[in-house]
Amino acid sequence: MTQENSERLGIVVSGSLNKGVEVKLDSSASVEDMVVGRYVAIKGNKRRFFGMITDVTLGVTDPRLTLAPPDVSDPFIAEVLSGTSTYGTIHVSSQLTIGEDATSLLEGPQPVKTIPSHFSVVNLASERDIELVFGKEDKERFWIGNPLDMETRLCLNLPELVKRSNGIFGKSGTGKTFLTRILLIGMLQKSAAVNLVFDMHSEYGWEGSSEQGRKVKALKQLFPSKVAVFTLDEENSRRRKVSTDFVVRIGYDEIEPEDMILLRQTLNLTEPAIEAVYQMRRRFGKDWLLRTSELEDSEETRNLLKELNIHESTFQNLQRGLNTIRRLPFIAPQAPIKAVQHILEYLDRGINVVLEFGRYRDITSYILVANMLTRRIYAQYQERMEKAMGEDSIKPHPLVITIEEAHKFLNPEVASRTIFGTIAREMRKYNVTLLVIDQRPSGIDEEVMSQMGTKITCLLDNERDIDSVLAGVSGKNELKSVLAKLAAKQQALVFGHAVPMPVVFQPREWGSPDSYKSFALSGEADRNKQAEKDIEELWG
Amino acid sequence: MEVQRVGEVIEASTTEFVAQCYELYQLPPFGSLVKTRDSHTELYGVVYHATTTGLEPGRRPIARGKDEDSEEAIYQSNPQLSKLLRSEFSVLVVGYKDEKLHHYLPSKPARIHGFAYQCNPDDMREFSQSFDFLNILLNTRLPVPADELIAACLRQMSQVFEDPRTFLVAAGKELAILLSSELNQLKAILGRLRL
Repeated sequence: MTQENSERLGIVVSGSLNKGVEVKLDSSASVEDMVVGRYVAIKGNKRRFFGMITDVTLGVTDPRLTLAPPDVSDPFIAEVLSGTSTYGTIHVSSQLTIGEDATSLLEGPQPVKTIPSHFSVVNLASERDIELVFGKEDKERFWIGNPLDMETRLCLNLPELVKRSNGIFGKSGTGKTFLTRILLIGMLQKSAAVNLVFDMHSEYGWEGSSEQGRKVKALKQLFPSKVAVFTLDEENSRRRKVSTDFVVRIGYDEIEPEDMILLRQTLNLTEPAIEAVYQMRRRFGKDWLLRTSELEDSEETRNLLKELNIHESTFQNLQRGLNTIRRLPFIAPQAPIKAVQHILEYLDRGINVVLEFGRYRDITSYILVANMLTRRIYAQYQERMEKAMGEDSIKPHPLVITIEEAHKFLNPEVASRTIFGTIAREMRKYNVTLLVIDQRPSGIDEEVMSQMGTKITCLLDNERDIDSVLAGVSGKNELKSVLAKLAAKQQALVFGHAVPMPVVFQPREWGSPDSYKSFALSGEADRNKQAEKDIEELWG
Repeated sequence: MEVQRVGEVIEASTTEFVAQCYELYQLPPFGSLVKTRDSHTELYGVVYHATTTGLEPGRRPIARGKDEDSEEAIYQSNPQLSKLLRSEFSVLVVGYKDEKLHHYLPSKPARIHGFAYQCNPDDMREFSQSFDFLNILLNTRLPVPADELIAACLRQMSQVFEDPRTFLVAAGKELAILLSSELNQLKAILGRLRL
């Protein structure tokens, strides 16, 4: 499809910059073909505009027509009236514009500051338009899917994407996992960033399954040299025949009071109990967890509690919580190898790490481990970045940390106190960003949400979730109707930092042998290109 | 195709002309497109009214068939009748052609004794390229309902096209725009357009 013969829809009849423009459909364009989220191009007198259909309405020239409807069983009358007395209008929220002269063509699409004039012709966007706006697949842009009802490849600039924390949202079963896999592969192929994935349901590293129960491959199977699978549950991994690279064990002494804050809700700890943790840490040093949980009900203990001003019931509450942690099978009095160091070694080599939780998918384990590891890794990154800035040496690889069930880490209660809140807010200063996956975005702290660069969202139907995802986006109301009308599967809306304008797309296929091949090939092509370039540089 | 002569102009004004048929009852159909020639221009019009009356305005025909067996017999036994009666038709001017076709009123009315011709299919196809004449038909006060006239006119024009329905749909859409606030009239016309 070229620009010239792309389908004409109608003409602009009214509008405003704030609210978008109204387009009256030609009688040849059926209202039923207009779907919310489709992408259109408007040819003004001096410039072209790009926008998205955000609403479709029916109009009549005479209200009496609705009161005494004509005999539309007669196809002749129906045909005459459609497009004349009865017509369809679409509401287009225009987002980008490009001038006709050479300089503006070079500049590329710019955000809109005006609207097309009356009766400008509106066409469905052509492949060229999409390419003009989103760019072609190249060494930075990764093909993530196709715009709604189009064959064109929609590409995302991944180095740009990983500069900010990003979010993937959507109800359960809308395809978040598939989308995340695609995005992780994109990052692996096209950006310099390495990933650390806290894989709660063990579906990113090795084989996962689709909703139909079909087995689908995951990262390590496609890119064995670039992905390492770490596991908390060796037995589970062995049974699933996953080739794991490392078994993570966590020592008592690695757990810090900060880790307990996040666990307050899941362990049912009281606020004074959290205070008591700090006191215990001061008192007992690194071994605080072991020693606190082993304090017996004796005179000595009571004196100690009195001295620290801890109430007995608080202490019991704390002990119960600590015992729950101690019962976690991957917690050991002494870890043989420090997991953090090991993960960092892999990340430094540019290898992505997927940490599988196996059977320990309860939220306590997930929060504890994710928070603990991230805090230490982030501290290391911070140190190295500061050093790199001071000494002008090489900065560490940009790191993207992927977490699921993000509202547990980033809810307003704990967001200000956990490492994830800090990362989300400080953004890329220390080369660490988040990829947040969640089904209840309304549970995430507003401040954190507002700092997210790019958001990709599948269907959401809870009003509060929709509001929180779209908070602060221009044209929010229009996008809201688009978002609420997404198909339950395999459709997503992407907007924010990495895309010039919001767009609804159908993610790339994942799960068939052909799809794996296409993913593997695009990586291959890049590698070959890189090799050619290296050779050229070497001999050139 | 040879154009068919249907009468001679006997009364003319800017907006319309009246022509008399050479033969009694040889009237062009209601709503058909006719034209009359001037030296430089051809005037196009739509037949909107036709009458057959006595030659003298004061003298009305009287019933004569009391003792006759058939209607034909009346005319046979009174051969003068065809000379004492006359058929006339009125034409609403809807456009003219000099170097090219215009769908609006000409600068001068038709000439008396100008011949009136029935338009052939080629003329009709050419003339119906534009529906601007519908506006004249709608907005002129006539002794016949405009709905009837427009419907009759469009039905006849549609017959010269290979696909009459497409033509009628296009014409209907034009009418729907012109009559956007006259829904009932639109419905009436569309109802009469069905083939």
